[in-house]
Amino acid sequence: MSVKEIAGKMIEFDDDDFMADYTVWDQSVAEVLAKEEGIDPLTNRHLEVLDFMRKEFEENGTAPSIRKLNKLNVVPTKELYSLFPGGPAKKAARIAGLKKPHGCI
Amino acid sequence: MKQLLILGAGTAGTMMANKLAPVLDNEEWQITIVDQFETHYYQPGFLFLPFGIYNKQDVIKPKRDFFAAGVNVIFSTIEIIETDKNQIKLSDGRLLPYDYLIIATGTKIKPQETEGLADGGWFKNIFDFYTIEGAVALAHFLKFWEGGKLVLNITEMPIKCPVAPLEFVFLADWWFTEQGIRDKVEIEFVTPLPGAFTKPRASKVFGDFLAKKNINLTPEFNVSRVDWENNKLISWDERELNYDLLVTIPTNMGDDLIERSGMGDELNFIPTDKHTLKADGHENIFVIGDATNLLSSKAGSVAHFQADILFENFLSAIEGRPMRAKFDGHANCYIESGFGKGILIDFNYDTEPLPGKFPLPGIGPFSLLEETKMNHYGKMMFRWMYWNLLLRGAELPIGSQMLMAGKRL
Repeated sequence: MSVKEIAGKMIEFDDDDFMADYTVWDQSVAEVLAKEEGIDPLTNRHLEVLDFMRKEFEENGTAPSIRKLNKLNVVPTKELYSLFPGGPAKKAARIAGLKKPHGCI
Repeated sequence: MKQLLILGAGTAGTMMANKLAPVLDNEEWQITIVDQFETHYYQPGFLFLPFGIYNKQDVIKPKRDFFAAGVNVIFSTIEIIETDKNQIKLSDGRLLPYDYLIIATGTKIKPQETEGLADGGWFKNIFDFYTIEGAVALAHFLKFWEGGKLVLNITEMPIKCPVAPLEFVFLADWWFTEQGIRDKVEIEFVTPLPGAFTKPRASKVFGDFLAKKNINLTPEFNVSRVDWENNKLISWDERELNYDLLVTIPTNMGDDLIERSGMGDELNFIPTDKHTLKADGHENIFVIGDATNLLSSKAGSVAHFQADILFENFLSAIEGRPMRAKFDGHANCYIESGFGKGILIDFNYDTEPLPGKFPLPGIGPFSLLEETKMNHYGKMMFRWMYWNLLLRGAELPIGSQMLMAGKRL
């Protein structure tokens, strides 16, 4: 657990360096996290994806998979990789303020 | 008469039928098991087919030989599960009502999910070894292959038996050495995972084995399409990889029946309670084996440990008692590492594979996360245990819950 000041707020991060509480997230936090992941600027298209992921997380307790985002016509996989280069599932979840997606054991 | 319906007569479904048949009162309960295929495959044996260690006859037996007396067996495809009516519809329109349903419809490879994979190169220089057809075709190809670049690619997780791809490249290294052409074969292990395996300590150990055996590791490669005309894998982020021979683990998905019945997630796996094995949202449906959406490995050992849990919970459920047995995610995998040796891993939801001795703490005879001849004998012995004990629902000397005793942190 660590605490960082982001956009004027003290925000807690878990051991995976993902936000501990997704409810304290807002767009200004997302912009800072996006910069940390090498994404600048954060466009409306990014935000559409992040919003959907946050809604899914609220309903199911986990971030949706890349396959689910594609299947539900939220964002095609190819575009998702260009929006969040180098590991979209993890990067998008982190910028959306969600927990690290589950991997298989 | 109450009806227990089991869908799927693979490892998990057959075990459940055989465990429950002797204990359910046959004047009160009828057990019916439905499967579309009459042949039972010993799937762990598919790995050995390409290298001629087993032949086809070693891995197939008729399913009929394995059902306990009193179990009603129907060979048919299923049109749909109608959970609102507690019934299933077979393809010929026949309706089978149930009081309780156990779904054990497993997982299948879906090469069509990847553009260009099941196309012009399929079974020419692209093979799977997760089906009998693929494994046999690959065996034939390898007999005549004179060398080049062999790429083993995992398309996406989760897959059935997550250690099998590693075993394949370990055995390939051994087999090409035996054939005297190892110097003419380059082997590359290409995976979407950040390392050789899912968990850190095992990933490090297996990564070291790959390096020692001169097998290249390409992690974090998410394949988007196969350019089969030019023998190239292309990732979603436009990296390219050449191959002469591609051995693929295609996308794994649950049965189409699950999608038709509206019961699955985006991979047709059924949302299941990770401890009780009850289907989410259904009081009289359980799910076992590869058909679940659980994060446990999709493997026969997991189905076996789940069967012990489901047996307890099913008997509780039908008597209206609370379900107290909890599945802990236990998996136990023998990993062939070539040259007559093997590695063993034992783990669950919370504990990653650790070194130590198994099953007797401090004694063994098997060694965890270490390469030994004894581990290889364990693997080879298992086929006999599978046909003669496991499928028949007999007790094996390994508990369903993982034990920390014998493991080193």
